[in-house]
Amino acid sequence: MNTIQEIQTEIIEDFAMFDDWMQKYEYLIDLGKELSPIEEQYKTEDNLIKGCQSRVWLHAEHTKGKIIYTADSDAIMTKGIVAVLINVLSGQSPSEIANAKLDFINKIGLKEQLSPTRANGLVSMIKQMKIYALAFNN
Amino acid sequence: MLDINKIRSQFPILNRKVNGKDLVYFDNGATTQKPQSVIDAEANYYTDENSNVHRGVHFLSGLATDKFEETRDAVQDFIGAKHKHEIIFTKGTTDAINLVANAYRILLSKGDEIIISELEHHSNIVPWQMCCEISGASLKVIPLLDNGELDMNEFNNLLSESTKVVAVSHISNALGTISPIEEIISKAHKIGAKVLIDGAQAASHIALDMQKLNADFYCFSAHKMFGPTGVGVLYGKEEILNKLPPYQGGGEMIKEVSFEKTTYACLPHKFEAGTPNISGVIAFKQAIDFITELGVATIAKYEDELLQYATTEILKIEGVKIYGTAKNKSGIISFNIDGLHPYDIGMIIDKMGVAIRTGHHCAQPIMDRFSIPGTARISLSVYNTKAEVDVCMNAIKKAKLMLS
Ligand SMILES: Cc1ncc(COP(=O)(O)O)c(C=O)c1O
Repeated sequence: MNTIQEIQTEIIEDFAMFDDWMQKYEYLIDLGKELSPIEEQYKTEDNLIKGCQSRVWLHAEHTKGKIIYTADSDAIMTKGIVAVLINVLSGQSPSEIANAKLDFINKIGLKEQLSPTRANGLVSMIKQMKIYALAFNN
Repeated sequence: MLDINKIRSQFPILNRKVNGKDLVYFDNGATTQKPQSVIDAEANYYTDENSNVHRGVHFLSGLATDKFEETRDAVQDFIGAKHKHEIIFTKGTTDAINLVANAYRILLSKGDEIIISELEHHSNIVPWQMCCEISGASLKVIPLLDNGELDMNEFNNLLSESTKVVAVSHISNALGTISPIEEIISKAHKIGAKVLIDGAQAASHIALDMQKLNADFYCFSAHKMFGPTGVGVLYGKEEILNKLPPYQGGGEMIKEVSFEKTTYACLPHKFEAGTPNISGVIAFKQAIDFITELGVATIAKYEDELLQYATTEILKIEGVKIYGTAKNKSGIISFNIDGLHPYDIGMIIDKMGVAIRTGHHCAQPIMDRFSIPGTARISLSVYNTKAEVDVCMNAIKKAKLMLS
């Protein structure tokens, strides 16, 4: 398993290949489509993340010292962004997740590409992922 | 015939690029753009006229007061109010509705009923819920038909001796439905209820005549009719406004203050506590002049043509469903595309310079009514063109291709 930092570097390299927003968006849409589905039982009101215009469900499980995240969204672009976050964080240990510096977001131009409400949603998603990590760390 | 190029040339923002593309601004329901005259009036106030109103003896204060009051005259003319002091300046529609709903917390009691509709913006729902919570009155809701019109049979059934207030919107911001407020007003008056009309979406689209319409209250926002943000109007009939308790206490709204007893100023000042948005109110007059010069009926006719065109074009895109197909409808198209989330559509066409709104449009009950999380909404204004509609349609088609 690569470290969070290594995965971030890879993602930054991937996004550097795109020349325009359309390729970036198409890539996110593809990632969204490929994201393995969350189990229906976890698509609950409790697992909804606040602050997103579209609905995002996030579930986390702690097994063998690692956190496995699954998620879904009714908007495909949002799902693509969730997929990127899951690629970076899922399968890592709680303490690594809790302490992760996610600087890839600014470097791949995700934040600037996204509208303010969406950027807030992104912040909420990361926050929720870290809250799980802190909870499992105790 | 309107000279659209000439109109467009008055709106400097329409020349700017967004994401490298010409801006196509189709979010006029949220707020309209401002003509140069409005922008200049705001700047000119601070450059040349700044002073507080209604209180100074000096030259500038007199000047600012005169200009401030000129807008009140202009609003009176614009909506055909009987008296100038029936025009209360507020922060906007929301503020105007809250002013009235707040007063009714005191005037209503258990057993009384307030009727609103399923079509309302949250700002014509929540203040009434708060009013009910405190007064003990209960809230009744006129349901919607599938085409987005009010179910007027149900309205008739809801009306009773207990009805004290009916509060409905003139035009729905989420669906574009124009409601039959004349009928609502006359029926409500027959049983002695007062009527508040939320005219936020209507004031620049429908010619208003308060004396003919006979509404007890009519509310609207300057920023949705080419004017500045932070300015709105509450029109109320003199005899009713006189009976309402004041809203906020402070400077300007008093006659005499002592610790034993304070008496309140006359209309309109009784409801205008504190220093108002002076520059905004002054600039608002330019917006009204802009509308009157073109003529509300002429604007409406042009917007209607655009609406027909945009509706025909969007229905050519496979999988499009329009929410709100009332016979009487204003320049708003609320839509979804089969299998796509409105947010994805909005995000992608934004990249092509097209600004629309997505989401629940502050009208969640409507979305619940149609069992959808939200819609994408195109809302048109007089400076928009068929060519812009074409750009928008192509952008939507491209988004659809990317997303499916
Ligand atoms: C129908 C309707 N009512 C009320 C409002 C609230 O107006 P404001 O935010 O200017 O107070 C809006 C604005 O979106 C509206 O469309």
